Amino acid sequence: MTERDTSSLPSPSWGGAGGGARSERPRAERKGDAVRPAAPTAPSPTLPHEGGGSGHADTAYNFAYLDEQTKRMIRRAILKGIAIPGYQVPFASREMPMPYGWGTGGVQVTAAILGPDDTLKVIDQGSDDTTNAVAIRGFFARTAGVTTTTSTQDATVIQTRHRIPERTLTENQVLVFQVPIPEPLRFLEPRETETRKMHALEEYGIMHVKLYEDIARHGHIATTYAYPVLVDGRYVMDPSPIPKFDNPKMNRSDALMLFGAGREQRIYAIPPHTDVKSLDFEDHPFEVQRFEEPCALCGSTGVYLDEIVTDDKGGRMFVCSDSDLCEEQRAGQPVDA
Amino acid sequence: MPHHTSLDNDTPLLRASGVSRFYGSRIGCHDVSFELWPGEVLAIVGESGSGKTTLLNCLSGRLTPTAGVVEYRMRDGTVRGIFSMSEAERRFLARTDWGFVHQDARDGLRMTVSAGGNVGERLMAVGARNYGAIRGEALDWLERVEIAADRVDDRPDTFSGGMRQRLQIARNLVTGPRLVFMDEPTSGLDVSVQARLLDLLRGLVADLGLAAIVVTHDLAVARMISHRLMVMRGGEVIETGLTDQVLDDPRSAYAQLLVASVLQP
Repeated sequence: MTERDTSSLPSPSWGGAGGGARSERPRAERKGDAVRPAAPTAPSPTLPHEGGGSGHADTAYNFAYLDEQTKRMIRRAILKGIAIPGYQVPFASREMPMPYGWGTGGVQVTAAILGPDDTLKVIDQGSDDTTNAVAIRGFFARTAGVTTTTSTQDATVIQTRHRIPERTLTENQVLVFQVPIPEPLRFLEPRETETRKMHALEEYGIMHVKLYEDIARHGHIATTYAYPVLVDGRYVMDPSPIPKFDNPKMNRSDALMLFGAGREQRIYAIPPHTDVKSLDFEDHPFEVQRFEEPCALCGSTGVYLDEIVTDDKGGRMFVCSDSDLCEEQRAGQPVDA
Repeated sequence: MPHHTSLDNDTPLLRASGVSRFYGSRIGCHDVSFELWPGEVLAIVGESGSGKTTLLNCLSGRLTPTAGVVEYRMRDGTVRGIFSMSEAERRFLARTDWGFVHQDARDGLRMTVSAGGNVGERLMAVGARNYGAIRGEALDWLERVEIAADRVDDRPDTFSGGMRQRLQIARNLVTGPRLVFMDEPTSGLDVSVQARLLDLLRGLVADLGLAAIVVTHDLAVARMISHRLMVMRGGEVIETGLTDQVLDDPRSAYAQLLVASVLQP
């Protein structure tokens, strides 16, 4: 699988694609815009936007883009991460055809665990149709030829940025997180040598100092995302920038959760059925965000909502962040009015 | 506090035997031995480069000595060598039973965390999880070091030098340590602030029955707060004795020079 005739590689594939016109475009605000390993000579893959992959891989690449040695190295890191829940395992992160911060860690983890029979779903902020999600889905549809889907239920591997799907995940599913900064202690203790020691010696008092500061300043714990958790009673872990609304979903989850940080070269994991406790104080217990109104589109309650500005006169609506759930709800029960 | 009841004065709190630290072929400190008893304040004086800070760092476990043993009597009465215990134990000891007051408060405080958070950190590190209780304790300690209660949510970078030093002391004393190491605690402060800090320190040491090892180049500081004095030069202890005795009647030539060098206003 690894040996290939290099002449079949589209030569100017990364640098030349798009040419100057692309670079002159105003900088895109949404992350993930740059993720498009489009080779000008290769036929462009069917965009799996509506679900269902192309079914056949672009043979210019090894299965799922990375070479087998690299995937093996990443799998070793993943296995170690699973063996020590919440522990950050260093790994030799590779250059991916996308910039750091666009999900290079998540993509490498996904590439390492993906098999030909897997069904892949990619979400960005809960949504299947944002640039990052579409691009990564397209990337794997092309380099691995796997089936892709937008349905949470049908997916076996879900790569995510900033959300955990609302639908409860099952033991047949793996959730892969894109992590920008894996070290929960980083902003309190900048020295990496020291934070490693603090993890090793379980010196986590400083984590509560952060929460103390929140309460002292705002009267309540104002951390709303990347809310630190204690995994399996041992390691304090940054659950990546998911809203704290999603923290309870990690606790004793049936699904395996893998976290990949490409730039920081760390992989960590929460194995299925592991205790994940959000840090808090006795007199200021952990609480998730609450929304007073249901989703404006599907009427769901008890889900995480995004605020959408609808016009320039102050009009706004709150809709499901999980686009798959929202569509499912609307298909199942038509919203009145 | 429970540790006062377990005080028995039969064994020293800290015993250093032949502590030496070399930096390559240079001497940091050489063959220092002494005993420190509960409630006793020992000052280490000497000129710059005489090995005072190296010795203090060796005693407090921050620097591993090249040779020699430092033993500490734990709260349960057992005597342990601080370099034969595990790093986890040593660090735990350092943040519960010991305090360390740095010369520069920036080294000892978290400048971006409020005063209350700074004082509360040690409590949270040993498992305090009740916000109200932690804050109450922090307020109590701020009062004891004469910092107004309405500054509890201010960051130390808005504090004056003297306040920072007092905050550092509060942060160290909140877990009720039995031994405090101080590295030039008053240098960098102006004279009136120094006097106030020394007065505060002297009061706290007496009230809490603290033992302390104070490194200073200022003989006036040594006279004011210490019971005993060690004079160092070139990494060696050249004279030791009761503070008043050494300062009023120095035996060695160097100690005589040191005492004679004090400026008289």
